[in-house]
Amino acid sequence: MISFTRHRNKSFLLSALLVAVSLLSLALNGFNLGIDFAGGTIFQLNFREQFTLEEVEEVLEKEGLSGAALQLVQGRDPGGEAAGEGVVIKTSYLDEEERRKVIAAFRERFPSLGAGDVRVESVGAVVGREMVQQALFALAVAVVLMVAYIAFRFEFKFSLATILALLHDIIVVAGVFSLLRLEVNSTFVAAILTVFGYSVNNTIVIIDRIRENLRHKRPEEYAGVVDLSISQSLVRCLNTSLTTLLVLVALFVGFYYFIGSFDLIAFVIAIIIGVAVGTYSSIFVASPLWFTFKEWEFRRRGKAA
Amino acid sequence: MGRQVHPWKTLLLIVICLALLGASVFIVWQADKGIKRGLDIAGGLYVLLEAVPTGDQEVDQGAIERAAAIIRMRVDELGIAEPVIVPQGKDRIRIELPQVEDEEQAREIIGRTAQLRFVGPDGKEIVTGAHLKKAVMDRDPYTGEPFVGIEFDQEGAELFAKATGQYLGRPIYIYLDEEVISAPTVQSVITDGNAMITGEFTAEEAGELALLLRSGALPVELRELESRLVGPTLGERTEEISVWAAGAGLLAVILFMILYYRLAGLIAGIAQIFYMTLVLGILILLPTTLTLPGMAGLILSIGMAVDANVIIFERIKDELRSGRTLRSAIENGFQRAFRTILDSNVTTIIATVVLFFLTSGPVRGFAVTLFIGIASSMFTAITLTRFLLRLTFDAGLIRSGRFVGVKTA
Repeated sequence: MISFTRHRNKSFLLSALLVAVSLLSLALNGFNLGIDFAGGTIFQLNFREQFTLEEVEEVLEKEGLSGAALQLVQGRDPGGEAAGEGVVIKTSYLDEEERRKVIAAFRERFPSLGAGDVRVESVGAVVGREMVQQALFALAVAVVLMVAYIAFRFEFKFSLATILALLHDIIVVAGVFSLLRLEVNSTFVAAILTVFGYSVNNTIVIIDRIRENLRHKRPEEYAGVVDLSISQSLVRCLNTSLTTLLVLVALFVGFYYFIGSFDLIAFVIAIIIGVAVGTYSSIFVASPLWFTFKEWEFRRRGKAA
Repeated sequence: MGRQVHPWKTLLLIVICLALLGASVFIVWQADKGIKRGLDIAGGLYVLLEAVPTGDQEVDQGAIERAAAIIRMRVDELGIAEPVIVPQGKDRIRIELPQVEDEEQAREIIGRTAQLRFVGPDGKEIVTGAHLKKAVMDRDPYTGEPFVGIEFDQEGAELFAKATGQYLGRPIYIYLDEEVISAPTVQSVITDGNAMITGEFTAEEAGELALLLRSGALPVELRELESRLVGPTLGERTEEISVWAAGAGLLAVILFMILYYRLAGLIAGIAQIFYMTLVLGILILLPTTLTLPGMAGLILSIGMAVDANVIIFERIKDELRSGRTLRSAIENGFQRAFRTILDSNVTTIIATVVLFFLTSGPVRGFAVTLFIGIASSMFTAITLTRFLLRLTFDAGLIRSGRFVGVKTA
């Protein structure tokens, strides 16, 4: 049996490092905010004819948008044949008239561009900020209620360990996004929500085992109980991560290879990282953390006695 | 062991599984048209407008509701299927127009958010569209001549009465933004706020003028905050690929479960198919809208929902390894797993409920989907997996721990 409690300082160190790097990157790099949060306009044009990025740039230049960011979208049909090749153009906020002009210019240059082949999204900066604030407030309320529930069903120290592991997971996911400059859009909020549920769920399965194995145990046996409980939950944790990852891979292949949609890929990447970190933290961080809290408690009591 | 074996239950098991699969195929087929798609999948135009106060009109709940009603009326007159036009908060209007492909066309439908003003011949403003209650095309009961009847609210009527007294015999100009849309001559002093615009128009022209007057009567000026236009072919492709990914993911998960948990894994696979069916069924019945992140979350849940089954099977394995008989290992496994499954899911359910009440838009929709997924997966694992496993046991198909992948015993 692996002793998770004896080696806990190593995993704490690793986690502290991960969190530190993530926070540092968040402080220095910040997020690469998409239009949902930063405001702006994007056009996605799926052409039905051959085109080059130079041609697209030419049209944009004529419209006075030479600074726009371009991204090629390379889709494939289910047979693997290239299909629906297009381009995503990101500009600062354009109003309705300006957008209309841009699209008209592209229609003139690429006459086969149908009405259904276009996506135009324009967001003022106010709206996105509001949504983030709303979601953050809601998540904070959810955390408080979850702490209460875990404290009620288990004990407060379990709540604390679970929530710390959860914060760890979310900070690392956010940190990876910040480090890799992946775009953060409203789908990212949905991804964080999923990681939120996954992380807590994973931790509780293990602490539930600890609670069960803890009956009639003396303080010096706690380390053994924690190790045993983690070992008993190990296969379950790995299998569930694996089935989740199988589906994530299917989604990733679908979105990346066949559609080339960057928004959805960011969603999938966030959850892949979340599942990996969440599995790690519930095994190596949450329960060992609880054990450490317990040790402090016993030591305090020992001194008091 | 006093174990009773009922071979006929094998037949029952097969029949039940086939019935479940049949129901699944039926529901999946229904889901294609039964589940309402968000604009990001179905295509269409989403616009969020914000009212800005103008000179004499403050933005309040009443003004926003009237503005939304006016836009709704215009949209209805132009016949768009299932439009959503609702006031949001105290100063916003959300508009969703499915199937709209062209922003230009849609903006014409939403119409001019311009200001309607009645101006005297000396260029002085008499009254604005904010005080206009009604504008309809009607016909003179004697001559059959079409005219446009307009009605002001009380304050508007007073202003209009004063103006008609002052400008008797002279024209009043009706401006929509900078454009004069009509310039009727005042023929009498109008004190009750009910006026008739007559002239040489056809019924069609009179109707158009009435519509313009109504359209222009937006009580506030609206500014765009957010606009999303998705071409239907783009969303269609995403949905198609997502369905493929869901199928591939489901297949991979079921294969893994069978390889790892053998017969029990097969049962979990059938339960998993039923799980998807249940979720789709609920989505058909509930008035929810499936958005792209919601769909991705739903597909993801295929991998996560199998968790309850994994917990149960690992428990059964533990029980078998500690030397229990098959029957009691199965029963105990379920009983002990139940509490774990409940506690580990209740926390996520708390989060989804909080998000449902405290957020709006896509996050809220995602929370609903997540909630349906968790509740269904708990239900499926606790009831269906258990029922099928018991039936398999009673049918005599489980003879050793190998059914769940335990080598000894």
